[in-house]
Amino acid sequence: MQIFDIFLLEAVINGLMLGGLLALLALGLNLIFGVIEVVWICYAELIMVSMYSIWWLFKVIGVPLPIAMTGGLVFGCVIGYALHRFIIRPVLSAEPINQLLVTGGVLFFLQAAATVVFGIEYKNIGVNLPSLNIGEISLSWSRIIGFIVSIAAIAATYLFLNRTFLGTAIRAISQDRQVMPLIGVNAEKIYLLTSAVGGAMAALAACLLVLQYDLHPAVGLTFGPILFVICVLGGLGNLIGGFIAAFILAQIISIGGYFLQGEWGYVIAFGFFIVAMFVRPQGLFKR
Amino acid sequence: MIKKIGWLLLVILGTLPLLGLGSYPMHLLIVALLWSYIYTSWSIMGRLGLVSFGHSAFIGVGAYSVVMMWNLFGWSPWVGALVGIAVSLVIAFLIGWPCFRFKIVGNYFAMVTLALSEIVRLVIVAMREQTGGSLGMTPKAAVAEGSSYSILALQFSNKIVWFYVVMGFWLLGLFIWHKVDRSMSRLALEAIAEDEEAASSIGINISRTKMAITLLSALMTCIGGILYAQYQLYVNPQTVASLTVSLQIVFGAIAGGMFVMLGPTVGALLLLFLSESLRIVLGSQSQGVDQLIYGALLILFIIYMPKGILGTLLARFDQKPVRVHTSPTS
Repeated sequence: MQIFDIFLLEAVINGLMLGGLLALLALGLNLIFGVIEVVWICYAELIMVSMYSIWWLFKVIGVPLPIAMTGGLVFGCVIGYALHRFIIRPVLSAEPINQLLVTGGVLFFLQAAATVVFGIEYKNIGVNLPSLNIGEISLSWSRIIGFIVSIAAIAATYLFLNRTFLGTAIRAISQDRQVMPLIGVNAEKIYLLTSAVGGAMAALAACLLVLQYDLHPAVGLTFGPILFVICVLGGLGNLIGGFIAAFILAQIISIGGYFLQGEWGYVIAFGFFIVAMFVRPQGLFKR
Repeated sequence: MIKKIGWLLLVILGTLPLLGLGSYPMHLLIVALLWSYIYTSWSIMGRLGLVSFGHSAFIGVGAYSVVMMWNLFGWSPWVGALVGIAVSLVIAFLIGWPCFRFKIVGNYFAMVTLALSEIVRLVIVAMREQTGGSLGMTPKAAVAEGSSYSILALQFSNKIVWFYVVMGFWLLGLFIWHKVDRSMSRLALEAIAEDEEAASSIGINISRTKMAITLLSALMTCIGGILYAQYQLYVNPQTVASLTVSLQIVFGAIAGGMFVMLGPTVGALLLLFLSESLRIVLGSQSQGVDQLIYGALLILFIIYMPKGILGTLLARFDQKPVRVHTSPTS
């Protein structure tokens, strides 16, 4: 029984690490939805192209990894900004479902662009961080760093939203869209800023994921669906709900994957989501 | 006039296989008709505001049911088809009920169905002992030497047979689309799509109407999956149950125009034409290029032409006066 407990504990800790990363991603998506009321269904693809940008800077151009990651962050900002400026803005007054679909077109486009430019072979940056061994538990440093950075970024975002003027403006606009122009807030600027921040969060996640996963044009599809499930479960646009839902689902995936095999953890997580929709259709933590 | 041209085109289409076309053109025709049928099945729901991102689930269930029952238990695909349809209907009900009961619409509905499509794909991959995982599976061949068909195993090596079978389903799909379009429930659903509260206040049972449409669409899509599996004689999660398939259905139907009967068909033709012509022009380098152009086109379509190709064309050339939504008070 001793071994059993140790590995279960390891699964719980790994679930916690995964939860931190998913919480960061959910925060980016929820921020966008909360402010602009648009679902970026291509969000995971933004992460994917950011991962490729880091890989390209590091492996092809040959700059040091921290600079490559900084470049990736800038790239993420630009792509988030461009996505809103050129694609979301023209459909801002269209039906919500059209906004969802147009970002679906971006999903196709980015995935295909990555395939055309980089091919479908698996790539990795070839940096392997060592593992941390505590007793019989072995934890990869890349996951630990991923968790710490994610939580720090979430805390920073929280402080930004609550302690700064811009953050207050962002929160205000997510509560009442109509009143904004009346009190002199330029909604368009806030939208662009939020989009750039959302893009940067995707890129930050990319920096952390590129240490853990191989790159592939379809890598976005492996965590895209679970991300949307988290956001819907927490209530779309509900930042705290998304945070909690990320940790719940990450535990289900990790512990489910420990008792059964890999994919079953995800199956159980999706199943849990559907059951939850019966019980709390507007998300577990309705705004 | 337009009707006469339509019938003429249909007759020409029906006689095409008799001209002794090669195997490749026949294959293209069959695939085009099959996807047209599936897109049409999707648009029955989609046009009424129920934009499902999970229709690959029904294709996957249909395709894998027939192949698994045949390979594992030796059950004829006729039985397997019934199993697949039953499972699809149960899934559609399980997803639809909470969604309609609690008015989950728009973005939420799209994402719940997206989760559904992932569940089916993951279950197929996870049951790799039975399904072959991501490598896919091939139904055991049953066509005897010297024969070209096996009714019991639903396998035909003759493409002409498949052409007429699939064309039959495509026409049936269009007919059902038309019936739903003309029926009372469409007016009800259009009212629902525009204003749920108002619709329910004039006595429309929203949940039941939506449920009926969803079950119908799931059933039709599942049959599409069964046909796909029996025609291709190979299934794999990527081609029948992935999110990409779901998205392709959504975008194909929208690009063609989901508010007109032949819109999804036009979308399917466009998609197939793009991928095949690029494959011929670029050869093996075309990987991804078709999707690249497709994604870009799709963005442009939704921004500039939300009614789709056929919808926009018809709106431009239609002589009929624009339909006015009359309010009950006037």
